[in-house]
Amino acid sequence: MSARETAANILIVALLTAIPLAAIVLDEPFYLTLATRIVILALAATGLNIALGLGGLVSFGHAAFFGLGGYVAGILASHALNMEPLVFGLPATQSMPVIALVAIAVAALVALPIGAISLRTSGVYFIMITLAFAQMIYYFAVSWPAYGGEDGLPMALRNAFPLVNTAKPLPFFLVCLAVLAAALVLFRLIRGSRFGAALQVGRQNPTRLAAVGISPFGIRLAAFVISAMVAALAGVLFANLNRFASPSMLSWQMSGELIVLIVLGGKDRLLGPLAGAMLYVFFEYTLGGLTERWQFFLGLILLGVMLFARGGLLGILAGRTRHG
Amino acid sequence: MQLPLLLEQLLNGLQLGVMLFLMAAGLTLIFGVMGLINLAHGSLYMIGAFACASVAAATGSFWIGLAASLAAAAAAGALLEMLVIRRLYARDHLDQVLATFALILILSEGTRWLFGSFPLYLDIPPLLQGAVPLPGGGQYQLYRLAIIGVGVLVAVGLYWLIARTRLGMRIRAGESDREMIGALGVDISSLYTIVFALGAALAGFAGALVGALQSVQVGMGEPVLILAFVVIVIGGIGSIKGALVGAILVGVVDTMGRFLLPQILALMLPAAQAGMAGAALASMLIYIVMALILALRPRGLFSAEA
Amino acid sequence: MAEPVLEIRDLRKSFGALKATDGVSLDLRPGEIHALIGPNGAGKSTLIHQICGSIPPDSGTIRFLGRDMAGIGMAGRAGLGLGRSFQVSSLAQEFSALRNVMLAVQARQGSSFRFFRSVMGDRALTDPARAMLERVGLSARADVPAASLSHGERRQLEIAVALALEPKIFLLDEPMAGMGPEGSKNLTKFLDGLRREAPILLVEHDMDAVFALADRVSVLVYGRVIATGSVDDIRRDAAVRSAYLGDAV
Repeated sequence: MSARETAANILIVALLTAIPLAAIVLDEPFYLTLATRIVILALAATGLNIALGLGGLVSFGHAAFFGLGGYVAGILASHALNMEPLVFGLPATQSMPVIALVAIAVAALVALPIGAISLRTSGVYFIMITLAFAQMIYYFAVSWPAYGGEDGLPMALRNAFPLVNTAKPLPFFLVCLAVLAAALVLFRLIRGSRFGAALQVGRQNPTRLAAVGISPFGIRLAAFVISAMVAALAGVLFANLNRFASPSMLSWQMSGELIVLIVLGGKDRLLGPLAGAMLYVFFEYTLGGLTERWQFFLGLILLGVMLFARGGLLGILAGRTRHG
Repeated sequence: MQLPLLLEQLLNGLQLGVMLFLMAAGLTLIFGVMGLINLAHGSLYMIGAFACASVAAATGSFWIGLAASLAAAAAAGALLEMLVIRRLYARDHLDQVLATFALILILSEGTRWLFGSFPLYLDIPPLLQGAVPLPGGGQYQLYRLAIIGVGVLVAVGLYWLIARTRLGMRIRAGESDREMIGALGVDISSLYTIVFALGAALAGFAGALVGALQSVQVGMGEPVLILAFVVIVIGGIGSIKGALVGAILVGVVDTMGRFLLPQILALMLPAAQAGMAGAALASMLIYIVMALILALRPRGLFSAEA
Repeated sequence: MAEPVLEIRDLRKSFGALKATDGVSLDLRPGEIHALIGPNGAGKSTLIHQICGSIPPDSGTIRFLGRDMAGIGMAGRAGLGLGRSFQVSSLAQEFSALRNVMLAVQARQGSSFRFFRSVMGDRALTDPARAMLERVGLSARADVPAASLSHGERRQLEIAVALALEPKIFLLDEPMAGMGPEGSKNLTKFLDGLRREAPILLVEHDMDAVFALADRVSVLVYGRVIATGSVDDIRRDAAVRSAYLGDAV
């Protein structure tokens, strides 16, 4: 990593820490909600970045896994609250760590067949197919009335976390921050590992990967599944933040937003998704405060970034990517 | 089961298929010739619907509205191509996805700005109101039948355009060898603008036709866009024939699934559960069909490269 | 005579009316350099693609180490020991020369599903990779991204990557292409030594190199092998002279 990128990263982390501090000093708990939103979106996008940034797999369907995580949280919590057992008489739970594990497992189980089918193709096909599968899960959630259908599934309480009162904004923020930190460590480890090397060569030149005897399919499928698991974890936290599992978490707009976060921040960079999430929530908040039509201006900004500043925010702050 | 009802559903499936074909044909043409994935194609569909509804409201004529929808969508398409899209041809698919995603945001919010958040309504023109009798005793909306007819005409016209005309020759050349037609002195940038505007006009036309069947509102284009993606994936990217077959397949399977699945499940399950499971399963059916086709033919049924 | 390592029998592949490979039989024996020559459009590339597994033949067999390759993909064949260099350099452009070679070492060790340990501190990868760069004379450029290497350096790196796989055979597709006379001479000397490690199927346009290196030469014209033999046999072959060298010679 270049010294400039390190400096840019320090700046981003400093800014992120400044938000909760400002919330406490100014007694504006809403800022804390914003900071939590940033952290959770960054977590989801960091998950996607494993597939997209490292592997070059442009999944336009990661909302499926994000939303699945949200629904697992909502469904388990509502069963626990109503003392209803789940399928096969399994007990439901309010415990966030258990729910997170279930969400990760469910996402892996769903991502495996979706990835296996989608990865038989590449390029534009892959984009369209992941989008279509996500849409399938969206329509399923909307047309299945047991868990809210189009109205979504409200959660009466946040899930419980051992020793932490998740109902209070600051402890909940810190839980989310810790999870994001763990995901960033995971991303970094993967990027530097043998698996990461194969994954990145698969993006740069799949023929080369096959010519040394490594089949791109297995590597990519593993990356796709890992990336879905991280996105699902973010979905659990997101539903907890809003106390609501919404079908919009499964929507194609959400999938698009996750890609936007990565590209706004700078893809293939450790903190790209975090930088992108900060910028996105900043736009949403400031533009949203100025005009109801903030998405119009967001679109203009995004288009400007795409046409003229291709490295994203970190590209501007840290200069061109260097790989070693 | 009553035959007329079945026939009616089958026609509804065909009508949906025809709509999807109008969308998918443009998308697949644009991908085939320029290598571009265009998410904003749904916005052009929306623009067509809004142009038709507002002009029809102002003039009192559906037909003027329909002409306006073609003009507006083609003009919007040409403008977008010249301002934004042509900068994306050399970019990778990720950049194309993001930039056209940004266009969706701009066009959707822009439309909401101009027309407000309330949906517009478009009446079926008097000429096409009413119903025609079906064999077996049922009735079918004349307007929907007309849509099917128009769709068939467009498919034939498109075939003729591509197979028989000078423009079609250039389009086919553009699909097989981009550099060559540039070298042969064809003005490639205006060819691209024309192809994009043609695709846009087809999408806008589809939006206007559907506008009389449902409300005209922001966000109407994207669900159709995603279905059109499914169509293209099934048919094979770049193939007009594939788009036609895929569109009819998706339209019929989706409609018939929604109609038949709850009834089939009702043979095995209690009525309420059958309805619920049937509806949920039906909403997933075309994606399952897509997955099956891809498992057998990863590049679609009529892939250009196969 | 030793068993051939690579044995191709009656291979056929058509693209529409074009018979790109029209009943080719060919083998590669231990310790030899077998050169494959032929005019442009003779079907050399299509043949290479079929051997590597990127294009399936219409009919015919390819046996590698006695095993039928039908149904085995490119990665599978590479894993069995088919080392290959590309006609157009095919490297991970963003990765340094060292990391390109490290990937091959990693592939040989069969260990790509390790998610956590950093490769840069892993001497089981870096040591063999550095040794290989040393061997092809690229040590000084180890940390330069492949995209920034010169054309000749990229060809050397291709060879280093192929070597690092410790393959059972080498399939070299025009390794001399675009090299200056000096580079070609060095590479010729290098390949001469390489045949002791594994036999080489060499597709090459540079006739000086072919005549200096090849134990046997096969001539491919319009998808058919019209002659196979020693360099002298080929020089004397009337069919080759007319079909390949033309009347100019």
